[in-house]
Amino acid sequence: MTTDASSIDSVRTGEIEHPDTVANQVFGFWLYLMSDLVLFAAIFATFAVLRHNYAGGPMGKDLFHLPYVFGETMFLLFSSVSYGLVALAMRQGNKALVLRWLVVTFLLGLGFISLEVNEFYHLILDGNGPGRSGFLSAFFTLVGTHGTHVTFGLMWMAVMMGQVITKGLTTPVQSRLLRLSMFWHFLDIVWIGVFTVVYLMGVM
Amino acid sequence: MLGRLSLSAIPFQYPITMAAVGGSVLLGIAILALITYYGKWTYLWKEWLTSVDHKKIGIMYIILALVMLLRGFSDAILMRSQQAIAAGTSQGILPPDHFNQIFSAHGTIMIIFMAMPFLVGLMNITVPQQIGARDVAFPFMNSVSLWLTTAGALLVMVSLGLGEFSKAGWSGYPPLTELKYSPGTGTDYWIWALQIAGIGSLMTSINFLVTIIKMRAPGMSLMRMPIFVWTALTTILLMLFAFPVLTAALAMLTLDRCLGMHFFTNGLGGNMMMYVNLFWMWGHPEVYIVILPAFGIFSEVVATFSGKRLFGYTSMVCATAAIMVLSFTVWLHHFFTMGAGPDVNIVFGISTMMIAVPTGVKVFNWLFTMYRGRIRFTTPMYWTLGFIVTFVIGGMTGVLLASPPADYVLHNSLFLIAHFHNMLIPGALFGFFAGYTYWFPKAIGFRLNEEWGKRAFWCWIIGFYLAFMPLYVLGFMGMPRRMDHYANTAWHPYLLVAAAGVVVILLGILSQIVQLLVSIRDRHTARDLTGDSWDGRTLEWATSSPPAVYNFARIPVVHDIDAFADMKEKGITYQRPDRYHDIHMPKNTAKGLIIGALTFLFGFAMIWYIWWLAIAAALGILSTVIARAADDETEYTIPAAEVERIENQRFRRAASTSSNGPSNGAAPRGPLLQV
Repeated sequence: MTTDASSIDSVRTGEIEHPDTVANQVFGFWLYLMSDLVLFAAIFATFAVLRHNYAGGPMGKDLFHLPYVFGETMFLLFSSVSYGLVALAMRQGNKALVLRWLVVTFLLGLGFISLEVNEFYHLILDGNGPGRSGFLSAFFTLVGTHGTHVTFGLMWMAVMMGQVITKGLTTPVQSRLLRLSMFWHFLDIVWIGVFTVVYLMGVM
Repeated sequence: MLGRLSLSAIPFQYPITMAAVGGSVLLGIAILALITYYGKWTYLWKEWLTSVDHKKIGIMYIILALVMLLRGFSDAILMRSQQAIAAGTSQGILPPDHFNQIFSAHGTIMIIFMAMPFLVGLMNITVPQQIGARDVAFPFMNSVSLWLTTAGALLVMVSLGLGEFSKAGWSGYPPLTELKYSPGTGTDYWIWALQIAGIGSLMTSINFLVTIIKMRAPGMSLMRMPIFVWTALTTILLMLFAFPVLTAALAMLTLDRCLGMHFFTNGLGGNMMMYVNLFWMWGHPEVYIVILPAFGIFSEVVATFSGKRLFGYTSMVCATAAIMVLSFTVWLHHFFTMGAGPDVNIVFGISTMMIAVPTGVKVFNWLFTMYRGRIRFTTPMYWTLGFIVTFVIGGMTGVLLASPPADYVLHNSLFLIAHFHNMLIPGALFGFFAGYTYWFPKAIGFRLNEEWGKRAFWCWIIGFYLAFMPLYVLGFMGMPRRMDHYANTAWHPYLLVAAAGVVVILLGILSQIVQLLVSIRDRHTARDLTGDSWDGRTLEWATSSPPAVYNFARIPVVHDIDAFADMKEKGITYQRPDRYHDIHMPKNTAKGLIIGALTFLFGFAMIWYIWWLAIAAALGILSTVIARAADDETEYTIPAAEVERIENQRFRRAASTSSNGPSNGAAPRGPLLQV
């Protein structure tokens, strides 16, 4: 946009009158991710303030099993790898391969969520639910917000599998797959923060 | 089946509320009946409710803002009446419970449902035209934003007749807002109204950021953008980074209330000051979100009606950006009394005082723009001049409050109330009124009546001084805010003056209603046929009034900050292209309205614990979004011939006003004055 317009009075109309929709969508989605990052930052900050407010309840090292959470983490990280393969297949225009890697990514993501729900379930069963202490409220909310995002990502992925099958790899479908990819990798990065701040620092 | 909703939710015990509910319902029925009588439902549905045109969405935003202004102002009248009466032995007209709801509703409505829709509406009408674009980047999302904001506003209105509104102030501090101390639905209404409107604002910010960054006309570099676009850009950046914090804070409060968590409770490890920090991390930028666009409007108005380029464009841009950054560094001055210690307080005190510097730069820029200009004293100019004088006074009291020791004395007193009304009424509201008058002919096609506009201005400004200057004195006399009754009768005379002030402001609002009616009556004589109502300087005056759906038949090329003034100087304003091209525009859709309606139901269900309805509404929203995502045919084409027909019509109309053609300008000239 810094073009010196004085030299291009006779702009070809076709160029300026069709804004690049895909680029706009990607930029808009990136802005959404930045605002989502602020949302996570607010919850991280709250967790940091409340993380020692045990109110006589259990501490992080009483509750967390690092190997379990490490396994959970691996599911999510490898789902990011497989989504990378979706993007590669999309570039080749290979519809079948795109679908195959989408299914793999979906299953890995589902595995992550199942492990997380199982962890929550046992915590609540043992009386260590989110109402137990300020620390546990912040823990459930931070991890749960990430989990909710992943769940919405899975729903989105299911819709995209449907669209790839019915519509094929059209430009709008590719644009959506690209944005889902940004979303999925973003959640990976947030999880690295969660794993470090909540689990590693909690057990230390 | 209906959660905690039952017939006892209707507040029969408050006659004033019931009268307001009755009046609102009757008014609603009357409007619906009129629409049916004139057979306008199809028109309303096709042209407005399902529209994704940024200009129409902008007009609907402003209608919402004006309706909510009336509601918020009614609350103000009630508060001032109560405090004018309830001195000494008199208890006044309102029970404490009701009074608390009124001041909470007044603040929430004026900030979230009056100021926000007003500025977003003005941005919608103006920004795409000023940057030479045909629409915003995501027209459908724009419609969703509008209907989410409306859904939030509707929740506030419904709280009048079903249940109650929050009694904990517009800032809703816990632990008062925790379930234990506010078991009713009031706090939930407040939470969900804010939450839903906040998500709408977040979408608006993404939408306009992409529009401004990616869709400017060729030649319009960042430093050639009209100043209103710059202030819009800084505002939406603030929205983008501030609103998620509010979303998080409100979500945590909801979790405390619904799932028994302990974020902000007194016991079990909660920390209520965490909420206060989060709230003001959004709340302070929010103040600048509503003020910065108004600064932009004043800048446009001053330049146009002084017949000059804005003085110090670059310094104005830098000052705006500086205010944007600084606004994130001052939130703690809202609670110096938290006890963070002198070192923390003084950091925030100094950063607060620093905001006065860029603001001062702006005031001098406006003054120097007027200096040696040929000033036309129109209504927008009146609002601007009234703003400059009044706002400077408010700014000085702000610097006073920024000093922590002074703040310890004045905290929570009426001095604070006087201060922020002194900032927001001239700083935001006068700006919106100026913008409303300035861009009305652009959006609607005819000018507003000047006489009544000026009457409204004089009533507003005199009323403002009468209503708020006594509050400064009362602050020094030690009167706290939010009192439904007081024993100290020494305060009484000042509160009577304040009540008189609110009556004068009421006359101002009545003048504005008369102004609108008179202008509609006289619309044929005040029609703006050229599209350039005021001899304007920026690109929005290059389109017709009201603009064609595509704004520009051909996207203009920009060579100067005041692109349209530059074209007029070169005499190329109304040059017609050799030929026209097909134009692609977004199709109307009802899905924005549907999402808004379902979100309203979702909020309502969450407030009343009607879980099945909440789940059903959430699933409905999800399926609407998926259905929209499956639709790849969202645009239609206006053929070149049709564009040519519309443009021919426009040029014929413009030629009929003056034998010399439109470029001569049929703009009305106020009294010219050489300063």
